[in-house]
Amino acid sequence: MEKILVGLKRVVDYNVRVRVKGDGSGVETEGVKMSINPFDEIALEEALRIKERGEANEVVIVSIGSGDAQQQLRTGLAMGADRAILVETAEAPDPLSGARALLEIVKRENPELVILGKQAIDDDNSQTGQMLAALWDRPQATFASKLEFDGNSARVTREVDAGLDIIEVDLPAVVTADLRLNEPRYVKLPDIMKAKKKPLDQVPLAELSVPDSPAIAEKNFEPPAARERGIMVDDVAGLVSALKDKGLL
Amino acid sequence: MAKVLLIAEHDGTSLNPNTAKCIACAAQIPGAEIDVAVFAETAGDIAAEAATLDSVARVLSSEGEAYRGALAAVLAPQIVKLADGYEYIFGPSTTFGKDLMPRVAALLGVNQISDLMSVEGERTFKRPIYAGSAVVTVEVPGGVPVIATVRTASFRAVAGGNSAPVEALDLAAEMPDHTRFIASETGKSDRPDLQSASRVVAGGRALGSEENFDLIYKLADRLEAGIGASRAAVDAGYVPNEMQIGQTGRIIAPDLYIAIGISGAIQHLTGIKDAGTIVAINKDEEAPIFEVADIGLVGDLFSVVPELTEALN
Repeated sequence: MEKILVGLKRVVDYNVRVRVKGDGSGVETEGVKMSINPFDEIALEEALRIKERGEANEVVIVSIGSGDAQQQLRTGLAMGADRAILVETAEAPDPLSGARALLEIVKRENPELVILGKQAIDDDNSQTGQMLAALWDRPQATFASKLEFDGNSARVTREVDAGLDIIEVDLPAVVTADLRLNEPRYVKLPDIMKAKKKPLDQVPLAELSVPDSPAIAEKNFEPPAARERGIMVDDVAGLVSALKDKGLL
Repeated sequence: MAKVLLIAEHDGTSLNPNTAKCIACAAQIPGAEIDVAVFAETAGDIAAEAATLDSVARVLSSEGEAYRGALAAVLAPQIVKLADGYEYIFGPSTTFGKDLMPRVAALLGVNQISDLMSVEGERTFKRPIYAGSAVVTVEVPGGVPVIATVRTASFRAVAGGNSAPVEALDLAAEMPDHTRFIASETGKSDRPDLQSASRVVAGGRALGSEENFDLIYKLADRLEAGIGASRAAVDAGYVPNEMQIGQTGRIIAPDLYIAIGISGAIQHLTGIKDAGTIVAINKDEEAPIFEVADIGLVGDLFSVVPELTEALN
């Protein structure tokens, strides 16, 4: 295939312990480490492997967000993507608006394959890939753990609650990456230098004429109900008797 | 009156227990009138089962070979055809619902609430974000349907005993052929289903190998428990993916959860926080799992677990 488009979202790093702001207006992101959404990193790794196998010619990465997301796109370029597009917006779009913006990029770029992470670890929505596929009127293969191509179609193994499902989709299609699709590569220093020269286009979101979506309002943020720390027992006999006390044995 | 359309999940022969939990969620909407839609190759038994569930007004049943494998690309246009007049369209926040419902929402031109965990008002709900590190109260604007996936671990299943009418649907929506179901590879097991088991035993990376996971299986068999695992144990290949519990795996709410050799990363804890009693067995007394455990035991799992299995004999 000619081109694979991969979405990268800038999110609070996986290892950060996220805290709710005291006034309930959001979560603390000031001074917090930001990274590529881990599932998107897997999506990019898969695209790069497809290209390296000779099954695709170009890997284009796209992010929607503030100018800061250039950092994540540069990391993506250092991993091996050929060029990057930043759809610039100060406010994070709702999932439907994000999918509509991606659709506009898809129309410009005409990729045969779009790979996104199966969910972003900040809002945990798991919607964008499915919405893009719906708006594009193309197949979706979510939660992919294996991807093989045969001419104009792809065979995708999906991780589902009951085990694995295998489906076949005609290209172009949208695939969302699950954890075990691959293990992303580490970026090497010379690649970071090289990435600085790769093209990174910026497009204001307003230029894509995405219609207004009925956004779901976020009224208040709160910490989850905490579980109390319980008792410690010394040995198996203590454990068995504690379980019996609770009527669980 | 608030008309709710609830999309049933099933395995081709019987109704998934998550459906009864989604109904419990929908029933909390003021004035809810709940229709359950069943899309299946052979829908009869599944629809009949749905009709017995409390709070169900009608079961709408649609049959067709194309429904095999429950492909979102096939189901979404059917649901859109059916959507007119419904103020709420809900599905479970399982891989089935997560795959399907955003496609429905996009076709209807609205956003979706993922992992709805509580009903706060007609259009106000709560949902977890950041792997459960925060809970956000969300409000859906007026004039558009509320599309949601329901975090089923947050709700107790409705009882049976109802006898709602079953009506056959003739939707005549498009059936795209660009997406084809090939096969399912499901772990056949006689053990209780992880999602609905009242007891779950789970193992982590500390087990060290697929063979050592046998310790978990033996204890689970003694307790008649379902079996789960941490992401690390699945990544290491000790057990298959369907056993993963946490942010990106299964969200469970058993009466008893026993975590063995699981340190308790936030991504794992979000999958078990609704468990009745959490037991942690870990050799590291600093492991975060002990912060949420009701009963903790610091010790070497390779001696503690066989001893516990024996003690339960």
